[in-house]
Amino acid sequence: MQKSNVDIRSLQIGFGGLKVLENLDLHVGASEFLVLLGPSGCGKSTLLNAIAGLIEVKGGEIHIGGRDVTWAEPKDRGIAMVFQSYALYPRMSVRRNMSFGLKVARTPQSEIERRVAEAAQMLRLTNLLERRPSELSGGQRQRVAIGRALVRHAGVYLFDEPLSNLDAQLRAELRVEIKRLHARLGATMIYVTHDQIEALTLADRIAVMQGGVIQQLDTPKKIYREPVNRFVASFVGSPAMNFIPGKLARGSEVAFIAGVNQLSLTGYAFRSQPTEAPAVLGIRPEHIELTASNDPSSVSARVEMVEPMGADTLIWCRLADGTAFSLRHDADTQVRVGDTLTVRFPADAMSLFDETSGQRL
Amino acid sequence: MRLSLNSRLSAISALLPALLVMLVVYIGATSWTVWISLTSSRMLPNNNFVGLRQYQILLGNDRWITSVHNIVIYGVLFVSLALLIGFLLAVAIDQRIRAEDTIRSIYLYPYSMSFVVTGLVWQWLLNPTLGIQHVLRSWGFEGATFDWIVRPETAIYCLVVAGVWQASGLVMAIMLAGLRGVDEEIWKAARVDGLPKWRVYVSIIIPMMGASFATAAVLLSTGVVRLYDLSVAMTNGGPGIASEVPAKFVMDHLFERANIGLATAAATTMLITVVAVVAPYLYWRTRKGEVR
Repeated sequence: MQKSNVDIRSLQIGFGGLKVLENLDLHVGASEFLVLLGPSGCGKSTLLNAIAGLIEVKGGEIHIGGRDVTWAEPKDRGIAMVFQSYALYPRMSVRRNMSFGLKVARTPQSEIERRVAEAAQMLRLTNLLERRPSELSGGQRQRVAIGRALVRHAGVYLFDEPLSNLDAQLRAELRVEIKRLHARLGATMIYVTHDQIEALTLADRIAVMQGGVIQQLDTPKKIYREPVNRFVASFVGSPAMNFIPGKLARGSEVAFIAGVNQLSLTGYAFRSQPTEAPAVLGIRPEHIELTASNDPSSVSARVEMVEPMGADTLIWCRLADGTAFSLRHDADTQVRVGDTLTVRFPADAMSLFDETSGQRL
Repeated sequence: MRLSLNSRLSAISALLPALLVMLVVYIGATSWTVWISLTSSRMLPNNNFVGLRQYQILLGNDRWITSVHNIVIYGVLFVSLALLIGFLLAVAIDQRIRAEDTIRSIYLYPYSMSFVVTGLVWQWLLNPTLGIQHVLRSWGFEGATFDWIVRPETAIYCLVVAGVWQASGLVMAIMLAGLRGVDEEIWKAARVDGLPKWRVYVSIIIPMMGASFATAAVLLSTGVVRLYDLSVAMTNGGPGIASEVPAKFVMDHLFERANIGLATAAATTMLITVVAVVAPYLYWRTRKGEVR
């Protein structure tokens, strides 16, 4: 199976006067699993459809496997695609759904049978080959749709929110299956989703998009630990990152002043020289630590609400000056509403953002 | 469930008129028709039972045989052509064309005309001395001949042309609704699969549109059974008896030829034919419903 890279150069897409994508560059390496993540309307599906050749581009170039396919028909691009609504052909059996495209392309019958059998075996569809889509569950339908993509032996597989129509449990199952498939085939995959868990679990690299612009393109770990701006920080991660407004102060050491509390920033990797200016501190709930009350860098907070989440517990607290935040703690925590906790914000786990631009400091 | 006497009374009184109409008009009149067809009634109905004599006469009647022959030709051609043309029109409109609303209205417009008007218009158009043939000849095509309507062996096809012209717009509207119900992503998947457009329609879209085709076919078929006014307005059954149809046979014998017995025998024959077609279909439908 060939593995193509995808190269997108200053791509422009618009509908009428509306510009959806402008000068977008993106390189996807062969065998890479790239996830396009963003809220609805951010242009991620538009980008995927443009790669597939399903919408016309206004400018720029798309190269797949080293070949300029900007104006090629979808079938000639060496791609295969899986859709949110499965898009199966409803009156055809599973076998015919998978083989129909190959048959029309005049692939030899023995080759068609071999590929269908192989894909069916990989996706555990062998017993369902004679069924109609209406006789399948949602998860099975989406597996058939993935099978229909696999038999094309494409260089790039495109997924357009393939799990969004499934319930939570099936979504988790199929997510694992897609990841296993990628590990087994080593194929290039581009995957669109608005679900940050899917993005974090599947991707080699994530491109977080907003307003038609890629905000950050990096590994899941980097995206999670070092978001480049407030949008990425707030979009990725559940429960969401805490944001605490305040300002930077330079005394004997750099510190973050939030109301009456002063938090040490020793150990924070500033991107540029910090200046004394309003800023927003971002910190994920699991990075806030409970500590002893005599710790000099600690602050005390009142517990307002306790949310048990099974594996752990989310504790909602409020500082003396009214700032609210949440922190993650053990499932068997003894903390009760009304308790006062002493907490510490480790500088190396923080993200600091400029108050006006929202960029990471 | 217990209903108060009051609400039960109001429910019954609301249903009563419909029930009476049903009993008296449909079942009553139908039974009476069947009974009269078994009597020797001529101008006025009588109760002189003669068994199946009227049916014997009917089957020996040239005009009836021609009528049946015609309705078969008309039925097959009208339904299939209207479905085909209606579907093609819908496909054409579905290509995201400009001025779609206007064109849709134009196509649907003939359906708003009664069969009498349709018949008259087409009578003029097909009339060799007034219509298309005349126009062609006056343009210099001296040899142009288009005289189907005055030739006995082709007159019935003129009714088909007019009928299809009138009904295609309706079929188009039904089919367009069906086409618009097809998920956009199926089209995308077909494009990625590299299927040519005609192939998508033939192998994927048409099989999905069974309900639309069934609806259109049923509507068209009822139009076939009751075909009367088009024949009257366009050809008045002529030339001779060449474009007679069963409904016209019944009406003529009831009101002009004063032969009620024969007319009711013809009407009953039509009823039996329709039931013979519809009953197995309904049976199949209910069976299918139970299986689900």
